[in-house]
Formats: sequence, C-alpha cells, structure tokens
Amino acid sequence: MWDYTDKVKEHFLNPRNVGEVENPDGVGEVGSLACGDALRLTFKLDEQGRIQDIKFKTFGCASAIASSSALTELAKGKTLEEAEKISNQDLAEFLGGLPEEKMHCSVMGKEALEAAIANYHGEAVVKEDFEIVCKCFGVTDREIERVARENRLTTIEEVTDYTKAGGGCQACHPKIAHILEGLWGKQPPEPAEQRVAAGKKLSNLQKIRLIQETLEREILPPIRSDGGDLELIDIDGDKVLVALRGTCSFCPQSSFTLKHFVEAKLREFVSPDLEVEEVKP
Amino acid sequence: MKTIYLDNNATTRTAPEVLEAMLPFFADLYGNPSSMHFFGGQVARHLKTAREQVAALIGAHPSEIVFTSCGTESDNAAIMGTLYSYPEKKHLVISRVEHPAVLNVAHHLQARGYRITELKVDGQGQLDLEELRQVLTEDTALVSIMTANNETGVIFPIDEIAAIVRERGIPFHTDAVQAVGKIPMDMGRSPIDMLSLSGHKLHAPKGIGALYIRKGTRFAPFVVGGHQEAGRRGGTENVPYIIGLGHATEFCLAHLEEENTRVRALRDRLETALLERIPNTIVNGDRQHRLPNTTNLSFEYIEGESILMLLSDEGVCASSGSACTSGSLQPSHVLRAMGVPFTAAHGSIRFSLSIYNTEEDVDAVIDVLPPIIQRLRDISPFWQDYVDGKPMDAFLTGGDVAHHVHG
Repeated sequence: MWDYTDKVKEHFLNPRNVGEVENPDGVGEVGSLACGDALRLTFKLDEQGRIQDIKFKTFGCASAIASSSALTELAKGKTLEEAEKISNQDLAEFLGGLPEEKMHCSVMGKEALEAAIANYHGEAVVKEDFEIVCKCFGVTDREIERVARENRLTTIEEVTDYTKAGGGCQACHPKIAHILEGLWGKQPPEPAEQRVAAGKKLSNLQKIRLIQETLEREILPPIRSDGGDLELIDIDGDKVLVALRGTCSFCPQSSFTLKHFVEAKLREFVSPDLEVEEVKP
Repeated sequence: MKTIYLDNNATTRTAPEVLEAMLPFFADLYGNPSSMHFFGGQVARHLKTAREQVAALIGAHPSEIVFTSCGTESDNAAIMGTLYSYPEKKHLVISRVEHPAVLNVAHHLQARGYRITELKVDGQGQLDLEELRQVLTEDTALVSIMTANNETGVIFPIDEIAAIVRERGIPFHTDAVQAVGKIPMDMGRSPIDMLSLSGHKLHAPKGIGALYIRKGTRFAPFVVGGHQEAGRRGGTENVPYIIGLGHATEFCLAHLEEENTRVRALRDRLETALLERIPNTIVNGDRQHRLPNTTNLSFEYIEGESILMLLSDEGVCASSGSACTSGSLQPSHVLRAMGVPFTAAHGSIRFSLSIYNTEEDVDAVIDVLPPIIQRLRDISPFWQDYVDGKPMDAFLTGGDVAHHVHG
C-alpha cells in the first residue's frame, strides 16, 4: 500500500472543486485513458482577471485526484501570471509530499494548468519542434528536459517517476540518458570509479568478463525487450566489436543506441577508455 | 469497522487449527529431524505425516514431495533444477500470463542466452494448444505453464497440456499455487512431472511451499546443502511450518467440496449482482473455466487504485491489476496479454474468496461498491462524455500526440 500523507487521503476522499465550469475561459486536457491518468481543467476569470472559478475532472489513482484537488485550491483567486508560477513541487508540498513514484501526478496537474492558460490565450499547445521519446506514454524530449531541469532529476528512474517516460518497454532509456547528459553534462564519474578501482589496470581476462557481465545485466535486457539483440564479436585493446541482431539490425537509431547507451554503460561499468564499434555482416 | 477480506489469492488466513498444530514445534518439540536420538526422531515422525498429508491433497506419493520456503522457490527450483539436468538444451516454453516467479526467471535466463517462447492467450485468457505443439523442439528443456491464473482465476486444461508435452519427451512443470486446495488435483491421473504449491494460499502461514517431483523425473537440487529432502533441497527442515502445511492441506481437502459449492455460489452471487447494478462492467477471463473463488471485473472509465482505496475505507480488501497499484506504469501483464480494452484495463478489481467468507461479506460489497464506482465516474472526465455520446477521440485514446505534449 502506498504511504500517502493524511492530506493526500483527505483530498482524495473529499476532493474540492470537482466538475466543469460552464462557459469556461480556459480548458486544459492532459493525459489519456490509455496511459492510466487524465485531467480536464476548466476555469473562469472575474473582472479583475483573477481565477474566480476552477474545476477539475480526473481519471486516475488517489494521488492524481488529490493533486488535481490541490491544484484548484492553489490556483483559485490568483491572476494567470501568478497561477503560471505554481510548480509541481508546490502541488506536492501542499499535499505534504507524494511518494516518488507518484510525482508524475503533480506534473500532470501543473501541465493541465499550463494547457488551460495557453487555451485562454488562444495558443495552440504545441508550437516548438519536439520528438516523442517515450512511445509507450507519448512523452516528448522537451517535457522530459523541462521536468528534469525543474526538479533536478539526474537518473532515468527519477525521470520515470516524474513523467512516466521510460516506464513501459524501456526502449527509450538510452535517449533519456542522452537528454540528462545534455542537461547536466557528463554524469559525475563517482559511480564508475567506485566499481573500477581508480588507476587499476584490468587484465584482458578481467576486461572480457566484465564486458560480458555488463552486457548481460545492464545492456541486453532493455534492448531485447524491444525485439533487438546484440552479440559481442571481439575485443581489440579498448575497442569492443559488436554485431546488431533482431530489430536493431535495421533500426535507423541503432548507431545512436550504440554510442549513447551501449558505450556509455560499458564505460561506466568496465573502463572509461572503451569504444564500441559495429561489425557489419 | 468490520474487515471484509476478499483478497485470498494474495494470501489467506492461517486456519486456527493449523496454528494450533504448529505451536508445540516452536516449544517442546524443537529437535532436528535428522538427529539420531529419540528427541529428533519423534519430530521426524511428524514430518513424515505432514509429507503424507501434502501428498494426499494432490494424489502423489509422499516421496515425491519436496518442502521449500515458498511458491517462488518451488518455481525457481523446478526450472533451474531441470535446466541443470539438461545442460545441452537451451529452450524454455512458458505462457505470457505466468506469475513473476516463473516469468522473471525466464527473462533472467533469456539475458543469459536461453531462448524463451511465451505462448500467447486469447481474449478469454486461454491458450492455443496448437501453438504449443508447434513451438516444441529437440532443444526444449522444459515447459512451465501455470494451472490457474492468480489474477483472473482462469484454469488451463493442464492435463491435456502436460500430455502434449510428455508425448515429445519434454519435462513439464506447472505453477499450481492458485489451484491446489481450490480445485481437485490428482497426480495419479495426470501426466504433470513437477508441480509447485504454496502454503499461505491454502490457510498455512507464509514461508512454506512444496514442489512435487514425479518419480523418475531428472532433477538437480536448486538449494544445495545437506542430505535433507532426499538430497533434493538442502537446509534443515522448517519443521513448524511443514507441520502447518500438512494440517492446512488436510483442512483444504476436507473443505474442497465446500469451496466448489458454497464459495462458488458466493462468488457467483457477488459477480452477478455487480454486473446487474453497475453499467459498463466487464468480466475478465473465461467464466466457464475458472477457480471457484475468483472474479476479476473491470469498471470502465475509472482507475483501480482509487476503487481499492475507497473500498478499503469501507473495510473491504481486494486487489487490482491497474498500473498504479503495481508500482509500475502499465496495467497488469495478464490483462494486457488478454487484450482487455484500454477503457477497462486500468479499472480492474479482483475479488478472491475463501471458505471463511459469508453471505454478509458478499452482500456488504454489493451494497458499497456501486456508489463508489458512481462517485469515481462522476470525477472522471470520460464518463459524462461517454453517457452524452460525445466522441472521445484523442483525449480518450492517447492516439493524438497533441494531448501528450504539454511543454
């Protein structure tokens, strides 16, 4: 059972402002039935431009409903400029905190408010270029980057907790890692140093064994879950020669995966000097 | 508030008479059954009785029963113990709806170079036996398919499946953790080679399981140690719990008919009333071939965790296959394998009964659940749209990128 705060439970059992505002000034819809949570937010402004009435309808778990309720309480009486400043952390704090795995509920609330305000301004929600990174939950690179920046997320697991991205087939994990790397620079090298004693040179046998272990433990499971496969062909000094199999062999993104996922993992767990090269059949 | 416990596929109440039978083995009868003195020997005699009791429930010979720590260990031991015995074979066949104790062992093996075939199921949760016939090869080391599904209660024609596999000379294991104690199982008439069962699903406590290994089946120990369990599982026997499992299997055998008559009728009463009173409710799984105690219902346009929380607030304990309850982000692998429509996949609730349930329990749920469902549907953005017959295009399906993009 989730460790919800009393405030989350209270807002779930007695949600505030449920429903839809008639003739709303702004409507925001985020999420979907297929993804497991969705929120429709409607609001009306008074003459001073303050949010006079705001209501929600939410499909989702207890924390999604509680987050929506909290959102309406926080936004009520604010101008749109003030409301825009409400962050997902504000929602979580208002509820006395959310379990890490449920932080995406607070992000959904924040995004519904933004969508409703954009709708009020007559803007299409989507303007800039984006790429859908997580196909299971339809999360874009821009959203991942923004939520990661605002919440100081540094691991794929955290990104999944906050945006759901990467929580399905996991095929996008290399891309999420790439976004995080672009955001925070190269990951701090401590973990790699912990695993491979600094300055200690691996023997060839140790290196081969470590590479095989890392492939089996860290690299192959997500690749295989996406129908791909990868075979270790040879090791030549610091060059790791691999062949791509399955769906990887004709995937246009495979070179990206090799560099930013396979190589990154091998550098993390085996040696920072390794380079991965593909052997074409 | 009265607790109404309808989550017996998760775990069951330890029968008071089972607990009673265990107590002396925590106190005076603490001897090691392997010891050569009278003090250990008297414990060994009780152990022998427990083995006979477990064997009797599934129509096995006592020597074919190996005690383990839980159902998961039994599954692991059956799979790994067979693979150790056939080191040259690298293919394993399971179904897509197996319990994680089998499914994740297979995925683990896949990462170590084994080839895994996961048989698909249809919308009713049933297998295509023709597919099974076609995937078996000379390289197949083991087929492991559950007897009854923990989430839906769907029962596979397990003897027929075992016969197909045996005909090809391939060992067959079944995870019968949900079936044993609820439906009759008879190894004397079945071609099953190995079968896993778990104590806490049949009114023994948690921490005890058993693996049936048919005489003549090749098997190498998974837990390697002393000579206990005829060399098939090392480690000093967990005597009090084994005694508990013995008494629990006897208890289940005595109540097997009640489970299939009175409990079944209670389940049917619950299911029928909920289907009548709550619109847009779907039964997940084959209703004809199903455990007598289980019903898995999906309530469209709402989410399972919310339903469970409100039920829990009324003292009703059930479980859900929704994403939010599993801690993952996708609905249960069983419902996805069955292709349950996405309007319903997130809103599934499993009620699983036991002989301890009464008509009052079931009637209480019939009273409290319909208003809970309506309350959540009133909060859901999809329900009113559905009632109004509005098209629910992108927001509903998630098929439109625009609705996922909020940056």
